Amino acid sequence: MPSNLTRRDVFLSASALTLIAATPAAALTEAAARALVDEVVADIDRVINSGQSDAAILREFENLFARYADVNIMAQYALGADGRSASASQKRAFNDAFTTYITRKYGRQFRDFVGGRVEIQSARQINAGYEIRTLAYLRGEGPFEVNFHISDKSGSNKFFNVYIEGVNLLLTERGEIGAMLDRRGGDINAMIGDLRNAS
Amino acid sequence: MPALPLPKAFARPTFALLTALALGGCATQEAVTRADGINDPYETQNRKIHGFNKGLDKNLVRPVSQAYGVVPVEIRNTVNNFSENLSMPRVAVNSLLQGDLRGTGLATLRFVMNSTLGIGGLFDPATELNIPQHTTDFGETLAVWGAGEGAYVELPVFGPSTQRDTVGLVVDFFTNPLTTNTNNKFDDDLRSVPPSTAAASVLNDREKFSDTIDSVLYESADSYAQSRSIYLQNRRFELGQDSQTDIDPFAADPYEDPYAE
Repeated sequence: MPSNLTRRDVFLSASALTLIAATPAAALTEAAARALVDEVVADIDRVINSGQSDAAILREFENLFARYADVNIMAQYALGADGRSASASQKRAFNDAFTTYITRKYGRQFRDFVGGRVEIQSARQINAGYEIRTLAYLRGEGPFEVNFHISDKSGSNKFFNVYIEGVNLLLTERGEIGAMLDRRGGDINAMIGDLRNAS
Repeated sequence: MPALPLPKAFARPTFALLTALALGGCATQEAVTRADGINDPYETQNRKIHGFNKGLDKNLVRPVSQAYGVVPVEIRNTVNNFSENLSMPRVAVNSLLQGDLRGTGLATLRFVMNSTLGIGGLFDPATELNIPQHTTDFGETLAVWGAGEGAYVELPVFGPSTQRDTVGLVVDFFTNPLTTNTNNKFDDDLRSVPPSTAAASVLNDREKFSDTIDSVLYESADSYAQSRSIYLQNRRFELGQDSQTDIDPFAADPYEDPYAE
């Protein structure tokens, strides 16, 4: 039998192996993206029902946001073209300030989930990964659409943008950071200082 | 993550006199004046009105909404139900004008059920029977008919809008059968009811989304630009005209990939 193994066969199977190896080991799957949303929602519920003080709950929300959101890419997008002139240390300082700012600002919004629920509707492939469409049912409100954009480009599965009834975080925050820069006549250091004070 | 229903609170209630603000002429598709898809040639004027609106919020709407927030939630919900029910004739007519028969049916059914079983609209049995809520306005009708969005405008009292939506607001007000002048003393007194309950609904939203609205109006670096951006994003989404704006920050700037090795 082994005699049937020609050089060509060996070559072909070697190529096949190379191809398999070249496929990214753990590309983000739709199932993993859905699971991430479920996980976020479950964690928010857990914190809300944990019976901790309001201050402790807020801190936990900030931690959740930092854990599940790709804050680096959000910061980079928010700084936009202005980031090109920034030095490496300015970028680092901005990243830190932005992380605190964004986790506080959006973390506290999780409070509105008290007594609510989130239902996954559908998923769609997008450039960077998957979009998971959900409907959020909050107490005393008709359902509204919340879409999570999820990618694994940071090295783990994280969401990098959220659309709430069409309003998306990245665009809104890029506008805000741009306005902060304009107010300071384009001075990045001054803007970073303001961002620290704002959060 | 409810940073969201924000725009509802900026919303267009159905009270008041807006005629002066029809801003001459129907919105026609104009060249977008900025790279970010926002058409705002009246920015200077708009910013003045924004300043006025902020003052109005700070001195009147916000404090009154906080006082209104003390009213038991059951009563506030009843007022909301009542107000929503009064908007159903408008929704039915506009759905019909848009060729949306399902919407027309939903609005009609909701109006009939809530006006009867719901005792004049104080309760909302339609929702309990799983008849979905539905809303629309003449601004959307104009959009369906192909009218362009027009320029962005911030209206006094009513807040962010577009030329198309401003025309919609005026038309909705004057075609509402519940606010039409009938030359009948009794009916005329009742005409103030829909605007009043709509105002109460706005107060309710202002209170409910207080954190979010406060953060946009009083904590952002440029509250005018933030309100404009949020309003337009949300309105275009509602009208299905957000033309699939997926942002791919990973591809946005190849020179600045934080994960590049």
